[in-house]
Amino acid sequence: MNITFTLNNKAVSADIAPDTLLLDLVRRLGCKSVKRGCGTGNCGLCTVYLDGTPVLSCATLAARAQGRSVTTLEGLQSEAAEFGAFLADQGAEQCGFCNSGFIMNTLALLRENPDPDEEEIREYLAGNLCRCSGYEGQLRAIQSFLAWKKAKEAGG
Amino acid sequence: MITIREYVRPASLEEAWALNQKRTSRVIGGMLWLKMQNTAVGTAIDLSGLGLDTIGETPEGFAVGAMTSLRALETHAGLNEYTDGAVREALRRIVGVQFRATATLGGSVYGRFGFSDVLTLLLALNASVELYKGGIVPLARFAEMPYDRDILVRVHIPRENAAFFYQSVRPTKTDFPALTCAAARLADGAYRFAVGARPGKAVVLAPQGAPGALPEIVSAQVATGSNLRGSAEYRKHLIRVLVRRAVDTLEGGAK
Repeated sequence: MNITFTLNNKAVSADIAPDTLLLDLVRRLGCKSVKRGCGTGNCGLCTVYLDGTPVLSCATLAARAQGRSVTTLEGLQSEAAEFGAFLADQGAEQCGFCNSGFIMNTLALLRENPDPDEEEIREYLAGNLCRCSGYEGQLRAIQSFLAWKKAKEAGG
Repeated sequence: MITIREYVRPASLEEAWALNQKRTSRVIGGMLWLKMQNTAVGTAIDLSGLGLDTIGETPEGFAVGAMTSLRALETHAGLNEYTDGAVREALRRIVGVQFRATATLGGSVYGRFGFSDVLTLLLALNASVELYKGGIVPLARFAEMPYDRDILVRVHIPRENAAFFYQSVRPTKTDFPALTCAAARLADGAYRFAVGARPGKAVVLAPQGAPGALPEIVSAQVATGSNLRGSAEYRKHLIRVLVRRAVDTLEGGAK
């Protein structure tokens, strides 16, 4: 079957099997930031935005993207790079495999709630697993990023 | 591993129902549970095009479409105001935000899973399900019905003069629950409790007795079993704890 959808603001069409997962389709289309982790919907590595909402591409049929907008980390370059620098600064990236899903979901959090407290950050990111860190580095990175954004906005 | 031979997005419920009469067909929700199964699906029926992803609110209650995501439920202001935050409390520990944005209410309710926070919550809210052919069926009865090939269209939550409570105990914050407990205190002081993850599917009961006696009464009336998340005895203890918390909270006064 053939579907057409928007991938990172570009119209694309693709031939897919009925059971093709969105994860496999976006990787086939070059979006290698999207990772296959647990394959059980628990780790958040495969996070993409579907019409702006973070979803698990490992559990979403590619057919469901028909007529919709899919965004991966590749579509958030400047925003992601900006926050990614704070992750690196806090030594929070470690092996890096979870980073793209983690960045996607952090940016989704900040779109929903631009000024989250620590509990709100922890709760929103509970579905992003990291095997390297104790999550403290990521938490510091988000808090530093928020402080930097506030200072930047206050400064004009 | 799941395989799907054909994917169809029906234009009507009648078409979806007709497709679903074939034994190899499956209505797909968020697919989070279905994809974990080793099964060959003939026709995957996607209800996405039928406008069932909305939450309707009237003075009589809420009508929640089967394709509504758990995340949409969790963040719905009207439902949370009506349930004193019980909806959010029941859903916020289910894996993560992306999982809940992917999972659908219909998939959760149709599955009637033992571990389901959603089923426990909705039983305490006195919900009903709307089946395409079967009509409106109280959720407590639906939970006991055998799986059939009808289509779950909506879940209806009536407005009652009641106050609500929800808590669960989980080995870790986002794990499956070891026990779930939802409660409604009605205007006349009567209680309705739903207890799930026993580990069997949630049951609902309306115990008689003084509020202080309810933890023992409910614990005695609810059958529990053992699995990796807890023994039957541990669960009996948890029922007493959660029911006591519910009573302590709700004796503060119904709305």
